[in-house]
Amino acid sequence: MSIQVSSIRKTFGAFTALNGVDLHVPSGKLVALLGPSGSGKTTLLRIIAGLEFADEGSGQIQFHGVDVTRVPAGQRKVGFVFQHYALFRHMTIFENIAFGLKVRPRAERPAAREIAERVRFLLKLVQLEGLEGRYPSQLSGGQRQRIALARALAVDPKVLLLDEPFGALDAKVRKELRRWLRRFHDEIHLTTVFVTHDQEEALEIADEVVIMNQAKVEQVGTPQEVYDRPASPFVYQFLGNVNVLRAQALAHAGAHQPHAGALESDGRVYVRPHDIEVIPHIPGAPGMAAVLRYVHAAGPQARLTLEQVQTRETIEVEIARSELSLLDLKTGDLVNLRLRQGHSFADDYAI
Amino acid sequence: MASAVASTLSSHASGSSATLRATNDPAWVRWTLTTIALLFLTFFLALPLAAVFAEALRRGFGAYFSAFADHDAIASIRLTLLTALISVPANLVFGVAAAWVIAKFQFRGKSLLTTLIDLPFAVSPVISGLIYVLVFGLQGWWGAWLIEHDLKIIFAVPGIILATTFVTFPFVARELIPLMQSQGSDEEYAAISLGASGWQTFWHVTVPNIKWGLLYGVILCNARAMGEFGAVSVVSGHIRGETNTMPLHVEILYNEYNFVGAFAVASLLAVLAIVTLVLKALVEWRHAQTRRSS
Amino acid sequence: MSFVRAQRSVLPGFGLSLGFTLTYLSLIVLIPLSAAFIKTAGMSWADFMTAVASPRVMASYRLSFFASLAAGLVNSFFGLIVAWVLVRYSFPGKRVVDALVDLPFALPTAVAGIALTAIYSKNGWVGQYLEPHGIKIAFTEIGVFMALTFIGLPFVVRTLQPVLSELEPEIEEASATLGANRWQTITRVILPELLPPLITGFALSFARALGEYGSVVFISGNMPMRTEITPLLIITKLEQYDYHGATAIAVVMLVASFSMLLVINLLQKWSRRYYQV
Repeated sequence: MSIQVSSIRKTFGAFTALNGVDLHVPSGKLVALLGPSGSGKTTLLRIIAGLEFADEGSGQIQFHGVDVTRVPAGQRKVGFVFQHYALFRHMTIFENIAFGLKVRPRAERPAAREIAERVRFLLKLVQLEGLEGRYPSQLSGGQRQRIALARALAVDPKVLLLDEPFGALDAKVRKELRRWLRRFHDEIHLTTVFVTHDQEEALEIADEVVIMNQAKVEQVGTPQEVYDRPASPFVYQFLGNVNVLRAQALAHAGAHQPHAGALESDGRVYVRPHDIEVIPHIPGAPGMAAVLRYVHAAGPQARLTLEQVQTRETIEVEIARSELSLLDLKTGDLVNLRLRQGHSFADDYAI
Repeated sequence: MASAVASTLSSHASGSSATLRATNDPAWVRWTLTTIALLFLTFFLALPLAAVFAEALRRGFGAYFSAFADHDAIASIRLTLLTALISVPANLVFGVAAAWVIAKFQFRGKSLLTTLIDLPFAVSPVISGLIYVLVFGLQGWWGAWLIEHDLKIIFAVPGIILATTFVTFPFVARELIPLMQSQGSDEEYAAISLGASGWQTFWHVTVPNIKWGLLYGVILCNARAMGEFGAVSVVSGHIRGETNTMPLHVEILYNEYNFVGAFAVASLLAVLAIVTLVLKALVEWRHAQTRRSS
Repeated sequence: MSFVRAQRSVLPGFGLSLGFTLTYLSLIVLIPLSAAFIKTAGMSWADFMTAVASPRVMASYRLSFFASLAAGLVNSFFGLIVAWVLVRYSFPGKRVVDALVDLPFALPTAVAGIALTAIYSKNGWVGQYLEPHGIKIAFTEIGVFMALTFIGLPFVVRTLQPVLSELEPEIEEASATLGANRWQTITRVILPELLPPLITGFALSFARALGEYGSVVFISGNMPMRTEITPLLIITKLEQYDYHGATAIAVVMLVASFSMLLVINLLQKWSRRYYQV
């Protein structure tokens, strides 16, 4: 089931959480809502779920072409997984998962045996068989997360919404669980939207990434699209490391031009650390001169911190370890830098 | 004014954790302070409590039990139970409604409402009775109207119940408000998103989460309701066998120099106090258990 | 009720529970309380002053104020020790002692009143030893003070206890590693942290003592100009059908206790100032 969000506005007193947001989530896709805290991503997710209401007179939420703006949360057929799981503390795992089925009106309620079967099926699906009788407090964070997912799936939702699903877990479990979620999505193909502030997480598992900033959508695209062709300085800086250089300094240093039109822009060029080439310093040769200040060589890639001679700007560069050993550099050495690719923006965004 | 009472529930979670060397006091300091504390408490708390039972049994068990054979004593017990039976549930319903509104919603005037709920704790018991006299008494706002319709509130049971409700008004609410605020609304949202109705959410999700706080508030509310003296004294009229609650009956017997009788009835109230303290400790312990496990 | 409108919420019951809360609050608390102020507003200034400033009433203010103050101070001192002992040390029967601290909340005031009188009167457990030395407690100002100390005792202990048990041992350890001795740690690190709750506890105990009636009337002896507390005068006036006089004194007390409530709220805000994120 696809989701269409059109010009949704939401204010809390003087604070604008969403400022005319439009969004299309195609059926069966796994979509990440990515942004810094306060960007409005969780509010948007809660409005889609019907847990929060957009301002009077603002736009619509449609599920598969049907307007659900005024449909109550319990009837939208969404599964919602809360950031801190919101498992019912006083109920067993079984009762938690069965809750959505048991609260149905008598006529629609499945028989007790069917409910039990469904719960067992879901526990198997989330690979936590045998935990029916436990209480949430007896489970680990990762297990609680999956129980929350099973509980959301019990009511047979047409859309699955997850709010910072891995936010409360430690780094290792987080990595495992997000790969598991990707495989899980490939099995069940449920339209899924999840909120995260972790760009690595979004880029790794989402089909499509929606980048939000200051109550607006900045860019929508596949992970590769948003990483390679950021639509704004914000997206550039938010996704991965970036050097912001003054374009004039580049021109002066004789570096080869990045994209055409760079100089008519805001005067800044955005360059990823791995898009800079380090070559031995030869006076008069193309490239800009820089002094090596620091080498961080733990890990697959070496990270160099350099200072540009002309402008004294700090530049971060990533090169392969093998390349570093070929260059045979020590701190204080002079090198030349060449940009493989950079990016500039026509308008002067405040960054 | 009983914020101290309210905060105890949250404090007892972390009880004893003082075995770190840098934070330990020398033995003589510990002994001295512990002795001072225990002497002070014995003198001011244990002694009065013991005195109640000692005075009640001064003339032996026969005299003690004959104090309860008195018609008026039994009437006073019955009236005290009736008063608690009406005012406690009324304040319970109010406390849940007020806590629901304050903990689950954002609206203007919320902190004013919270303060107003605490107001009765700041009012002297005597004044709590007086204000009802001003409204319903002979000279009061409704005095003439009540006489015309042959209704009696002041110097009658309804006045006693009203004054008791006033002095016990905040107990349940102020126990539940901080509890429900700290729990947040995520579980309620989860229930709603799973299709539960408002009442289903309330009964199956909210109530189980607040039941210990609820019980705690009810225990305190009940103890005060059964033991209130000043407020009830003003509105009761002290009619024997009709408008005397247990504490008022104690006063009458005492003023008639019937000390054994007075302390016998008082000993029942003291037992009630002990039961209250035990239940309260049990609830705190239970609450700490559930908090530790989650 | 349009002045209190919530942000639209998925959770149900806002209108119903707010409506009930406000109605109940108005009927039980606000309207009756306003009666005291309205009744007083109908008095002339001269009548009002006669009622609230006659020598007998002034004497009762003095007694109520100073006895409550003394009780509050004594409770602050011993309450600090009791709270410290209950949080930091362990000894057999600690849980019973801890539970017993709440006795003044649970024991009806009239019962406390007659029990204290029995102990301190001249034949009582304690009184019989003091009387020969010329020390009288029952039916004197000291008796009033004893009763007020009893009923205010839990406030200081219960306000200090949570703060004390949440004090992280780390700050004491830090102080120790920086070279402070135990006495310096206590006076410079711990006591400053405990000062706000201590003042709050004192204020709560003082405010409660000002309005107290049941535990005092038995032990005070109620001698005009000497051992009459202010709440007793309200009752006395009511018994003489002097409703205006009683209400005027009540309004003075209400203004005093609402000011105390305000001060206590500000104190509690102040004492939490370090914990706000």
